[in-house]
Amino acid sequence: MNLVAWRMLTHERAKYLGLIFAIAFSTFLLENQTSIFAGILKRTASQILDVTDADVWVMDPATQYFEETKALRDTDLTRVRSVPGLAWAVRLFKGMPVARTEAGRFAQSIVLGLDDATLTGAPRRMVMGSWERLREPDSVVMDRAGYLLLFPGEPLILGRRLELNDHAVTLVGISEAGAPFASFPVIHARYSVAVNFQGMERSQLSYVIGRPAPGMTPGELCAAIQERTGLRARTSQEFAFDCVRYYLKNTGIPVNFGITIGIALVVGTVVAGQTFYLFTIENLRQFGTLKAIGVPNPRLIGMVLLQAFSVGLIGFALGTGMAAAFFDIFQAKTATRGIILMWQSVALTGGCMSFVVVVASLLSLRRVLILEPATVFRS
Amino acid sequence: MKPSIPAVACRDLRKHFGEGDTRIEVLRGVGLEAAAGELTFLLGPSGCGKTTLISVIAGLLDSSSGSVEIFGENTERLAPADRVRFRRANLGFVFQQYNLLPSLSATENAAVPLLAAGVRHREAFARARELLHRLGLGDRMDTPPSQLSGGQQQRVALARALIHGPRLLVCDEPTAAMDHKTGEVVMELLAGAALAPDRGVIVVTHDTRMLHFAHTIARMDDGQIVELQRGTGT
Repeated sequence: MNLVAWRMLTHERAKYLGLIFAIAFSTFLLENQTSIFAGILKRTASQILDVTDADVWVMDPATQYFEETKALRDTDLTRVRSVPGLAWAVRLFKGMPVARTEAGRFAQSIVLGLDDATLTGAPRRMVMGSWERLREPDSVVMDRAGYLLLFPGEPLILGRRLELNDHAVTLVGISEAGAPFASFPVIHARYSVAVNFQGMERSQLSYVIGRPAPGMTPGELCAAIQERTGLRARTSQEFAFDCVRYYLKNTGIPVNFGITIGIALVVGTVVAGQTFYLFTIENLRQFGTLKAIGVPNPRLIGMVLLQAFSVGLIGFALGTGMAAAFFDIFQAKTATRGIILMWQSVALTGGCMSFVVVVASLLSLRRVLILEPATVFRS
Repeated sequence: MKPSIPAVACRDLRKHFGEGDTRIEVLRGVGLEAAAGELTFLLGPSGCGKTTLISVIAGLLDSSSGSVEIFGENTERLAPADRVRFRRANLGFVFQQYNLLPSLSATENAAVPLLAAGVRHREAFARARELLHRLGLGDRMDTPPSQLSGGQQQRVALARALIHGPRLLVCDEPTAAMDHKTGEVVMELLAGAALAPDRGVIVVTHDTRMLHFAHTIARMDDGQIVELQRGTGT
């Protein structure tokens, strides 16, 4: 009877395609919006996640997210280093000076000052040049997107001169740093160089980053640092989630995306559900005939479910393909780099579409099951 | 099968719809025996209860009281699932509007009862093609119902009703939508293919032109059998 169910489903092409595309576009919209939402939130933690050398971040107790820093005292580095269980700890500077090109273009930038001796904290993906050249005087490495922002339409060339807070620097490398929340260039320099780009404060130490000794977990080390120094210590993952939580709580991003996602779900449920329901209602006479012939209710349930899940699966696959194509195209764009179709979005959307299909099936099945087979004798 | 067992035996069959002020008595103590090996015609004006009667006989509706036996089996005593199984194995239907599935070809439509019984596709379609060939549709086997004439559609419906070898065929106005000649052809096919000593056919009709096919003519009025008459059964 599966053949009969399939033929009933595909007989009227317009309705069949309408069902498929209702599910497909809902799937596309849900996967698209949830992935972009997650991608944008992930950007709030890009500079944390780029630091793959360290597992632990130490900061002022009042710090809520990466962008918001209150300088630590220089002695705090030594205090952190005294905590048992720490393998090593180095300082990290974060500033936001204005970068200016010789042509006069300028942009606010994110400058990260890396430990002079080890260059710990640098992202490892380089497009041109090398990290080692940061040891040269007044040298910086800039991310590719930042370069294209300051030098639009120009080829990637090393040796260019920039001004950062009136300090002339030379570009010695182009990196593929994670995209920041705002489209600012991400510039890496040695700590001793980077602190000069910021208006002078009494202390310039933004963060201490470190790694636990063997046998100790990052979480245990964070607890030990907090207990010994009174400073706030977070693992990389915890700090990244702190940033995401901050933006979720303090910006309109979740509300805006939530509305779009909600609309996609409602439209998907209503359109696909109603279309499928009407499809079943219009076929009630056929189901009545099958009932009269002696097709039992469990078999009819199987037929309706087969129809519903076939439509759901095909629509979901088509929508996911559309979403994958969308992200494949836009991943190559500088502004949307790093925003990808996340498997979590696909799984979540799959769950939502299954819900839509199940609701539509249940509504339709009710009508089929209560159908009086004697109706087939009525003309 | 004992020849003395009737194909259908209705005793004091009653059926009402609704309760209280809205209660309508549709069948008022119907007593009817349709003999095996015969065509029994059920005649009567619209609204007299013919369709309700065949619905109860076919097990598609429950009676309010009385009994129905199909070849000695009181189907109303069967559990719902067993009743469906009994209907699938022992009954065939021919409807006035044919009720073919528009998405299936003639062969596939005819094979539906076999598919419902779990017969494999290849075997079901082979049997359907053989039967359609016998009913004169050898050249229209892959044609959908929308491209068949009324007579051809009714022949496909007849094939669907007969393919699983039912013991009782229930036909509701099988020739109503046809001209006289086509109706004659369909009735000839029906009588030729469905009748056997251990089988029975009940035909509800308004079409008095076909009465010469009947072995028994039962006239209904106001929910009762008011006249039983022997036909010629030609």
